Amino acid sequence: MDVLVYDKTFEGFLSAVFYVYEYKLADAHICKEAPGTVMFGRTIQIDTDEAKAKRVLAGLSKKLSHEGLQAIYHAYLADTLQEEDTMLAYIRHALASDHNIEKDYSNFAVLRMQRVDCMVHRERHRMKAFIRFKLTKDNIFYDGIEPDFNVIPLIREHFEKRYADQQWIIYDLRRGFGIYYDLQKVETITITFSEESQGADSILWMDQNEGLYQTLWQQYFKSTNIASRKNMKLHIRHVPKRYWKHLTEKALM
Amino acid sequence: MDKIQAKLEILADAAKYDVSCSSSGSTRKNKGKGLGDTGSGICHTYTEDGRCVSLLKILMSNICIYDCAYCVTRRSNDIRRTSFSVQEVVDLTINFYRRNYIEGLFLSSGIMKNADYTMERMVLIAKKLRTEHNFNGYIHLKSIPGASADLMHAAGLYADRLSMNIEMPTNEGLKLLAPDKKREDMIVPIRQITNEITQYQDERKVLKKVPTFVPAGQSTQVIVGATGESDRDIMKVASAFYSKFKMKRVYYSGYVPISNDNRLPALGSQVPLLRENRLYQADWLQRFYGFSTDELLPESVPFFDAEIDPKLSWALRNMSIFPLDINTADKSLLLRVPGIGLNSIHKILSGRKFGKLTWDHLKKMGIAMNRARHFITCAGLSEPTKDLTEMQIKGMILAGSSGKFLLNQTQLNIF
Repeated sequence: MDVLVYDKTFEGFLSAVFYVYEYKLADAHICKEAPGTVMFGRTIQIDTDEAKAKRVLAGLSKKLSHEGLQAIYHAYLADTLQEEDTMLAYIRHALASDHNIEKDYSNFAVLRMQRVDCMVHRERHRMKAFIRFKLTKDNIFYDGIEPDFNVIPLIREHFEKRYADQQWIIYDLRRGFGIYYDLQKVETITITFSEESQGADSILWMDQNEGLYQTLWQQYFKSTNIASRKNMKLHIRHVPKRYWKHLTEKALM
Repeated sequence: MDKIQAKLEILADAAKYDVSCSSSGSTRKNKGKGLGDTGSGICHTYTEDGRCVSLLKILMSNICIYDCAYCVTRRSNDIRRTSFSVQEVVDLTINFYRRNYIEGLFLSSGIMKNADYTMERMVLIAKKLRTEHNFNGYIHLKSIPGASADLMHAAGLYADRLSMNIEMPTNEGLKLLAPDKKREDMIVPIRQITNEITQYQDERKVLKKVPTFVPAGQSTQVIVGATGESDRDIMKVASAFYSKFKMKRVYYSGYVPISNDNRLPALGSQVPLLRENRLYQADWLQRFYGFSTDELLPESVPFFDAEIDPKLSWALRNMSIFPLDINTADKSLLLRVPGIGLNSIHKILSGRKFGKLTWDHLKKMGIAMNRARHFITCAGLSEPTKDLTEMQIKGMILAGSSGKFLLNQTQLNIF
C-alpha cells in the first residue's frame, strides 16, 4: 500500500492522481497529512504540478460532464471528511468505463460521491442562510464564519449578485481566509486580527445603528415564534447548535 | 428605538399565524448593481417551533374593521393596536435584508378604514422598495378582500407573490365565523390575478419587453380544525384552487386557539399538528406523485388515518398492484410505493440502467425500507409474503417505526 500526501490544494490532489496512474499503483491512498506510521508500504510526498493537474482534468473531462467534475471539486472542498479514497475510486471508475458513470448508482463510489456532494451542497446552502452581516464603522458589512466545509468558493457568486451595492467581507475563521467585495470585484483576503478585535463582534468597530438592528432582529425572531407549537427537536435539526455562536438571533440569548 | 421595537413585537406576533414562508419561484434578478436577487429561496433561520424564517413577516397594522372569530386581530378582541408607517416598513426591510437576515418582505394587514385605503398603503410600500431602493428581493403581499381591480393590478407589478387567505374551507364556515367577509370579495381578486398572469405570459411569447407580473404566482391558506370540515372537504377545496386558479401553493394552518368564543375549540385545546401534517403529505402526493383526492380519500374514508401516512394508507387499500419489481416497474407505479420518494426514484431509474439494483443499493439510496419492503421485490430481499393481511403489514410497519407523533398519545386522541 502506498500513501500519497498532497499539499491540501486541488491541484495537489490531481497531481497525486497523476502519480497513481504514472506508476500504475494498484493500492494507493491519498491524504492531506502523512499518517504516523504506515505498515507494509511507502509514504510519498507529492509535488504539486499544475501541468499534471491539468492533464488529469483534461482526461476526466472526456469521461465526465461538468457536474461530474464539479462533484470531485466539491468532495475536495469537504476537507474535513477525508474523502480522497472515494474520489480516487470514482475517478478510476470513470476513466475505466467507456460510458459516463455519473448516474451509475449501482457503484458504491458513485453513491458515496453523490452523498458527499449533497453534504457540501447543504453546507453551502447553510452559509447562504446563516451569514449575519454586521455593519462596521468603515461602512463594510462583515461576518466571520466557521463552516464544516470550505464553502466560501461556492457562495462567492451568490453574495456578489445579491449585495452589489454594499461593501462586504465574509471570513472563514476556521481556515483563515475570506472574500471582500469592494463594489467592483470580489477578492480573496486574509486578516490579521488585533487583540481588541478578538471578540469578533466587538462593539468597538460597529456602526452606531448596528446594535439597534441586531436588537430588532432578535425581537422579530422571538415574536414570530408560536409558543404553543414549540418543537425544539426540529428547531435544532434545522439550526444545529454549532452554528449558534455566529447567529445574531441565537448568540446573545 | 423603543417605539419601533414595540411595534415590531406586536405586528410580528400578529402576523405569525400566516404559515406561508416561501421565498422561491420568482425570477427577479439584480439589475444595475442594485440590492437583492431572488432565486430558489433561502430559510435564514428557524424559530423554536421549527418553522422557517425567510421573510420579514409583519402586519402593516393590526387595526381591523372586521370581526372574524378565528383571528387574533378581530375588532372585538381587546389587544394593543398599532401601525407601521410606510417608511418604517421600508427601513426595516432594507436594513434586515442588507444584513442577510431575510429574503424579503411578507406584508399583510388588518383592514384599516376600508379595503382600498389599506391596499393602497401596502402597494406604496412595495413601490418604494422597488423604485427608490432598487430592491430586487422577494415581496409577498397579502391582498385585502374587496380591494379594487386597479390596486390589485398595481400590486401585481411590484410583488413577487400575491395571496388571499380563504381561511374557511366552506362557505358555511365562513358565514359562521367571519360574518363580515364575503367569499366573492376573495375569489374575484384571485381570479383577476390568475387571468392577468396568463395574459402577461401570453404576451411574453410575442413581445420582448413585458413587465414582470406576480412571477412567483399566488397562494392561499385554509385553517384546519376550527370548524367541522372533513379532510376530504379540505382536500377538495385545495384541488380546486390548484386547478382553477393555478395556485402555486395551498397552505394548511392547524387552528391555534386564541379565544373563548364558543363557536371555536376552547383555549388550551391542542393545535391539530398531526392532521395538518397529513394534509401537507396529501398535498405533495397530489402535486408530485400523481394521486387524486378521490384515491387518497374515497367518499367512504373522509379522514386520514392518524397512525400512518396517506401514501401507505392508499397502498394498503390497493395491495393487488404490489409487489413491484424495482428493476422493471414503471415510474408512475414506483411513485406509489410507500417509503420511496422522488429523489430515490430518480436514482432507481438511473441506477438500474447500469445493472441490477439490490437491497444494499436501495438502502444506500435512502429508501425507507421499513415501509418499502412490503411492496417491492429485488435481489437480496425475500419476496413479501402474499398471505399477510393489510392489518398485519400495518402492524409490522408501526412496530418498526418511530414516527414523530407515535409517542404522543394525547395528540392522537383528539381525532
